[in-house]
Amino acid sequence: MMRKFHFHPCGNYKESYEQETTIFETDFGRLWVWIGLAFLFFLVPFITSPYLLYILNTIGIAAIAAVGLNILIGYTGQISLGHGAFIGVGAYSAAILATTCDLPFLLVLPAAGIITALVGMIFGIPSGRLKGLYLTIATLAGQFIIEYVLIHWESLTKGTMGITLPTATLFGIALDNDRSFFLTIFSFLIMMIWFAVNLCRTKYGRAFIAIRDNDRAAEGMGIPIFKYKLLSFGISSFYAGFAGALWAYYSVSITTEPFNLGLSVEFIAMVIIGGLGSISGSLYGAAFITILNELLRWLTDILMNMGILTDFVMNVAPLREFVFGLVIVLFILLEPRGLAEVWRIIRSNFRLWPFSY
Amino acid sequence: MSCKEQFMSFFLQLLINGISVGFLYGLSAMGFVMIFKSSSVLNFAHGELLAIGAFFFLALVTWAQLPISIAFLLTLFGCFALGFLIERFFLRPLIGEPLIFVIMLTVGLASMLKGLMLLIWGGNLQTYPDFLPEGLSISWDIIHVPPVYMAALIIGLAFLVLFGLFFKYSSQGIFMRSVADNQKAALSLGVHVQRVFALSWAIAALVAGMSGIVLGIINGINVHDLSSIGLKVFPVVILGGLDSIGGAIIGGIIIGLLETFTGGYLSPSLRDVVPYIVLVFILLVKPYGLFGLKEIERV
Repeated sequence: MMRKFHFHPCGNYKESYEQETTIFETDFGRLWVWIGLAFLFFLVPFITSPYLLYILNTIGIAAIAAVGLNILIGYTGQISLGHGAFIGVGAYSAAILATTCDLPFLLVLPAAGIITALVGMIFGIPSGRLKGLYLTIATLAGQFIIEYVLIHWESLTKGTMGITLPTATLFGIALDNDRSFFLTIFSFLIMMIWFAVNLCRTKYGRAFIAIRDNDRAAEGMGIPIFKYKLLSFGISSFYAGFAGALWAYYSVSITTEPFNLGLSVEFIAMVIIGGLGSISGSLYGAAFITILNELLRWLTDILMNMGILTDFVMNVAPLREFVFGLVIVLFILLEPRGLAEVWRIIRSNFRLWPFSY
Repeated sequence: MSCKEQFMSFFLQLLINGISVGFLYGLSAMGFVMIFKSSSVLNFAHGELLAIGAFFFLALVTWAQLPISIAFLLTLFGCFALGFLIERFFLRPLIGEPLIFVIMLTVGLASMLKGLMLLIWGGNLQTYPDFLPEGLSISWDIIHVPPVYMAALIIGLAFLVLFGLFFKYSSQGIFMRSVADNQKAALSLGVHVQRVFALSWAIAALVAGMSGIVLGIINGINVHDLSSIGLKVFPVVILGGLDSIGGAIIGGIIIGLLETFTGGYLSPSLRDVVPYIVLVFILLVKPYGLFGLKEIERV
């Protein structure tokens, strides 16, 4: 059966709500995504160096958590400063389930996600009474409390010693190199993005957006906002837990150290730099921050290796902190809608060239 | 010494420690409350403002070899100017923007300031030369209050009185109160709201710098320690009420007592997390704190 191809119309000719919420407006968009996926899965893992694959894997894991945080901040409008701790909960659940319960990899991931979702919903309970900055402070407290529990519940988390995970096996294949992890992480990432994109088109996504835009109006229209806020916390924490579990398997051994407030801030930075309320933006943000981190580490290493200014080199590490803050500030002041907006502007420039208006 | 006496002296020492630590928390929280009161900005860079004041004073005292009093005044002036500049260049473009951008801007600012301070002074613990007279200390029976705490108490009380008078009688203080009360009404009555924002940031940075110096005298100056005080401020101000300066002091003393008693009687590791556990309960039960304006709406 022949079907009509969709191209860019020269105006707004949408006739139904389905056309409004469709993911791919044109068939070219769909085609490009398929080409991109084929490129990602059949070419990239076989031609890139292990170091580059390591960076891509880090980006992939960060992107899963960033998409989750974007559902909470960008779509539901609830600011959470506890995402880093939730990732830690996911990582530790995975580590404990894999070592003490001997659960297989494919079962550990969703289980860690669900445990984190429950924890996230507990810390989302204050959202029933609080909003705005009061909720932000409550999640800040959540971050510190979870961090404390992770460090001091020694019988379960082994405290500061950390836990070493067994090698993950998927369908009988051991995931012991960067390439197999790349394929696994990005398959999960695609699934998670697919779910998030479609979630935003359902009644749940619309309810989230309604709560973000005006919670009083949303309540007035009959949306039970406490239920939806909790749901949003749950979904967002599920993403965080899933990413944390992948992180735990990928880095083999975990300690409590990375899951601090700095990590939470890093993820909010990803979401803002990528673009609030844009799933693709979370990907750009995750890539941007991860690459920025790597570049700064590389720069520090180079200065270390030069060895001329040893006294100065000791002080280069804080440069990372400074540049990180500067990037956040510049994005907020100059392009608050983030990289997703930059990309949209570039694209529409190409599309409309040479008659840009 | 009998068992009971030992218990009493331990208790009293904890009490004194708690009150002095808590007073410092309250002092640090004062600037935070001032910014929030006038411009509703939650300042995550407050700890860094404390640290900048402490380091600026250190630079003036040790590198420039200035006398203490001149260095102190210069530091206060420098902090005042810094707060003014921060408001002018970073916060003013964000007036009317969503909360998340304002919060993240102060977070980014905190990161920038911290990186800058680490670049210049490094992460090691530094100390001021000893300059407080020993005569300031109080020894009474079994209690001993070191001179630093007395100096903190005197400076703190002086600033409290000064600000009380400033807000009650000076025209700028009255403008600031009017903006805090109702921004639109103040604007329509001819108050220069943006100048009030700038002034409140400048004063807050000044108070922060002063608290930073006091904290630096007591604990030594370290970027990480001082900036973590900036996060301790949150339980303090929520307990006292986000927009009450007196509440900040009382909230600070309560949190300080809570910390030292938990550290003394329960476990030292629980000490740092107890304020946040309390914070969650206050937020759930009485979100506007002890003295805050009741403006929480429940939807």
